[in-house]
Parts: sequence; C-alpha cells; structure tokens
Amino acid sequence: MKRWLPLFLMMAPGLIYIFINNYIPMFGLVIAFKKVNFQDGILGSPWVGFSNFKFLFTTEDAYVITRNTILYNVLFITLNTVLGIMLAIFICDIAAERMRKFYQSTVLLPYLMSIVIISYIVYAFLATENGMINNSILPLLGKEPVSWYSTAGAWPLILTLVNIWKGLGYGCLIYISSINGIDREYFEAAGLDGASKWQQIRYITLPALVPSVITLTLLSVGKIFYSDFGLFYQVPLDSGSIYSTTNVIDTYVYRGLLKLGNIGMSSAAGFYQSLVGFVLVLGANLIVRRVSKENALF
Amino acid sequence: MIRSKSNRRFQILAHTVLIIFSLYIILPFILLFLSSVTEENTLLRNGYSFFPAKLSLESYRYIFQNAPLIFRAYGITIIVTLIGTFINIFLSVMVAYPLSLKNFPFRRTITFYLFFTMLFNGGLVPTYLMYSNFFHIKNTLFALIVPSFLMSAMNVLLIRTYIANSIPEALFEAAQVDGALETRIFFQIVLPLSKPILVTMGLFSGLAYWNDWTNGLYYITDSKLYSIQNLLNKMITDIQVLTTDANIAAQAGSEIAKIPAVGIRMAIAVVAMLPVMVLFPFMQKYFQKGIALGAVKG
Repeated sequence: MKRWLPLFLMMAPGLIYIFINNYIPMFGLVIAFKKVNFQDGILGSPWVGFSNFKFLFTTEDAYVITRNTILYNVLFITLNTVLGIMLAIFICDIAAERMRKFYQSTVLLPYLMSIVIISYIVYAFLATENGMINNSILPLLGKEPVSWYSTAGAWPLILTLVNIWKGLGYGCLIYISSINGIDREYFEAAGLDGASKWQQIRYITLPALVPSVITLTLLSVGKIFYSDFGLFYQVPLDSGSIYSTTNVIDTYVYRGLLKLGNIGMSSAAGFYQSLVGFVLVLGANLIVRRVSKENALF
Repeated sequence: MIRSKSNRRFQILAHTVLIIFSLYIILPFILLFLSSVTEENTLLRNGYSFFPAKLSLESYRYIFQNAPLIFRAYGITIIVTLIGTFINIFLSVMVAYPLSLKNFPFRRTITFYLFFTMLFNGGLVPTYLMYSNFFHIKNTLFALIVPSFLMSAMNVLLIRTYIANSIPEALFEAAQVDGALETRIFFQIVLPLSKPILVTMGLFSGLAYWNDWTNGLYYITDSKLYSIQNLLNKMITDIQVLTTDANIAAQAGSEIAKIPAVGIRMAIAVVAMLPVMVLFPFMQKYFQKGIALGAVKG
C-alpha cells in the first residue's frame, strides 16, 4: 500500500475536480423539485414536488423544444452519416496523393472553428441590411430582400447547412480511418477478378464500415436529447421571432436560467434532459453491445 | 493498380463531388476575409460581397489603433488557453498514469467514477448555481478556466490506454526496484514517453479553450474580462460594446463616431481565427489522429 500512496496523491487533484465539476451538479439536479429563492439559499429553499414539471409540461414550450431537439438530431445524424461515408469513400479512392491530402484537410478545417466565428460567417450571408444573399443573390433573381433572422421557416434549412459545414469533417475522418484499416488485398483481388469500382464499394467497403456506422449512429442516438448549444443559440443570434424553429432543450434551459430568471422551469427542463439522455445512452449502448461488443462504451 | 475505364470515370466523379464540397467549405471563409478588407462605404452600399468594388484595410487599422478592448480580449484568450491547457494536461496524465498500472488498487472503481460522467450529467442549472453561488467565480479569470474544460474523462481514458499499451510496465517496476521515487518515475519516464498522446490531447484542450465562449457567456459580465470569443459574441449585435468602457471612450475620443462598424466585425472575426488557421497545417496530423481515437474537445 505504501507504494501506492504517492500515486493516490497524484490522482487527487483530478479526481476532486471531477467530483466538483461533474458529481455535485448531478446531486444538484434535485433543485428541479424545489422552489429556489436566494434568501433561503439553494439548499434551504422549500421542496415543491413535481410542480415545476407540471408548469413545464402544460406549456407549449415543452413540446416545441422536444420536437425540435429530436427532429434536428435525426436529420443531422442521417445526413452526416450518409454524406460522411460518401465523402470518405471518395477521398480514400483519390489516386493523386496531394489532392487527397487537400480534401482531407479541407473537411477538417471548419471543425476547428468556434461557433462564434461561424455565426459571423452566417451573418455575412444573411444580414438583412448588408448580407450577401440580400444584396447580391436575391436582386439577381428579382426577389425582395428577406429578413432572415425573423423568418422562422428558413432556419431548418440554414441550421442543417451550417451543421453539415461544421460537423461533417469529424465523422468523415472516422470513416476514412476505418476504410484505411481495410486490407488492401481485398480490393486488389476484387480488381483482378474484374469487379468494378462500384462493386468493390458495394461488397467490400460498405460492409467493412457497418460496425463504425452502427456505433457512431447509436452513440449519436444516445445524445439525441442534447444539441450543439452554439448552433442553436449563437448562429440564429438569439432572435426571438424564430424560436419556433430554433429553440431546443439546451437553449431553453439557458434562457430560462440566465435571461428570464425562471429557475424552476429551467431546472425542470434540465432534469428532463439529463434523465431521458441517461436512459437513451444506456439503451443505445445496450444495443451496440448486442451488435458489436468491442465497439460498446461499456 | 489496374486502370480501367470505369476506374477513370470514378476518379472524375470523385474529384467533381469533392471539389464542389471543398468550395462549399472554403467559400464562406473567403466571404469573411473579403468582407474584412472591403471599404466601409462599399459595404454599406453593396453589402458583404465576393466581388468587392473597393478594398481597404481601415477595419484592421481601426483594430490596431483604437480598440484596446480587442487587444485585452485577445490577451485574456491567450492566457486562459495557456494556463487551462497546461493544467488540463497535468491533471489528466496524473490520473491516467496510475490507472494504467495493472495492479493499482481501486483501478476499476476509479475508472468507473470517471466513465460515469460520460453517461450522466447535471446540466447547466446546477452547475451554474454551484459555480456562481458557492465558488463565486463570476467575473473572475477562474470562470474562463475552471468550469467544464479543466479535465475530460474521455481524454484521461485515452491517455491511460496509450500509456498501458505503449510503455512497458516493467520499465516502471525496474525504476521502482532501483529506488526511484514515484515523482521521478512520473517526470522522467511517464511524461517523456507519453509525449505523442499528450501533444494530441493538449491540442484538443487548447482548441477548446481558444474557441470557448460559453463560460464567458454564463459567468462574465464585466467587459474587461471578455475573451476574444465573448467580445465577438457581444459585438455581433452591439458594435458599441467596443466603446462602452469609459476609459476607452475617453482614449478614443472623437474616433468613436467613426467605427467602421460593418467591416470591423468581420476583421475581428478574422483576427480571432488567425492563430487556428496559421497553426492548422502543423496540427492537422494530430487532430486527425485524435479524432480517429475518439478524443473530444474540452
């Protein structure tokens, strides 16, 4: 035991940080059952049972944020998987090495940008007064300028385009590394036997990708109750008139807490997210473990 | 490789798709850059454009001459990134190394303790209330460094796996028999030999700090403590934030009236992403490796 003591001391700071940063807030979820007021303090505030939840679920909001969160995630998961695989296959098969490297770097680049920078780029396109689309594209088509930041109907498309722009590279790189893991001899043998490129993709590449697709998809499904806060808050510039298509659970919780000061609703929505999220992660992992054990989280 | 007609057709198709997608990724960056070097009156007349009628560097001149707040924010981002990344790496490897030893007691328990934070979390409300009401970190530099980003369980587990797989445990034991202290083993064997993984994880952590705007959004209201991302976040809707600080207003004097408001937004966005762009060619190898491993930002 004496040998291990210094090692325990070495671990202590990190483990204490995890306790503070991650575990205390887990216990803190109980405030969803309290009516927090700052006179009594958070711990001393009275318990109110499920009343925060009752309020939350009688509003239209609960439905809208759940619907938006899930639908956007389903859309993003589908597109990122299909497009990610397609680009990965193309990139891996590019014969010219320099071009292959160029494409590979290009898909990665947006992943490294902060969402604030991305919101500026989107703003350059969409700003009502000075935006590129309203000034250069719409006049060409003979159309009137559109006030994008108050046109709710446009945002499912805009957010999807932005999400592809930013997020595709990550999945694509994972698929590239799985494709590179396939034994080249399969392709060579298939080529000698006269298999076309398409047949090789159909019968070698795609089947080899199935495990990573299943794992990545199920892990994303496990996170289906969470969204990229920046994408839904910062990119639409927190514009109130488009909440119907941009409000998700994460943005709702943030606004409730820091903009409206409605801790009750906000903590109830947060609790709902944590709990359903947890159940989904466990469920998704259970399925991953059935399908391919080595890819399961646990 | 066998060159067939179908193969050549495939190469052409792959290049076409990838070039279109590369343009989709690169053009927005070009619009951002061009907007930052377009003359202000041209911007007011024609909006942000791919074909600016008149170029000018006045936005950049303004940043260097009249906007101390921008430099301050830049400095804060640099300090936070350096300190945060340094602590992150140390905390992580100090937890990861003991966990990599086969006989370490409570190894499984501690691994689960870390792992569980990847499945379940308390979310924003309790985290925010804890950090702001118990630790009082609002409007301090700690707010930008401590919450969320100081250590990530996922990255600790990846470092642990790397150490376990690539440094023979016999090396530690031999040093132990020779009477080396654990601290010495840590600094002279563990750190140097795990350098590749630490560089990779350090880059992910550094990027997370550089790009983070959420901690500032939650905990910072004093414009003196804005990171560059927070300043950008405020500026997109309110360019006057650049002159709200009384001292700065006095310094800038009559210049305030002349903020090239439309162009300067884009110029600051360019300045904020410059380091990532410049370092990108050197770092992309590590990022690709990290993503293939499953590393996460933060």
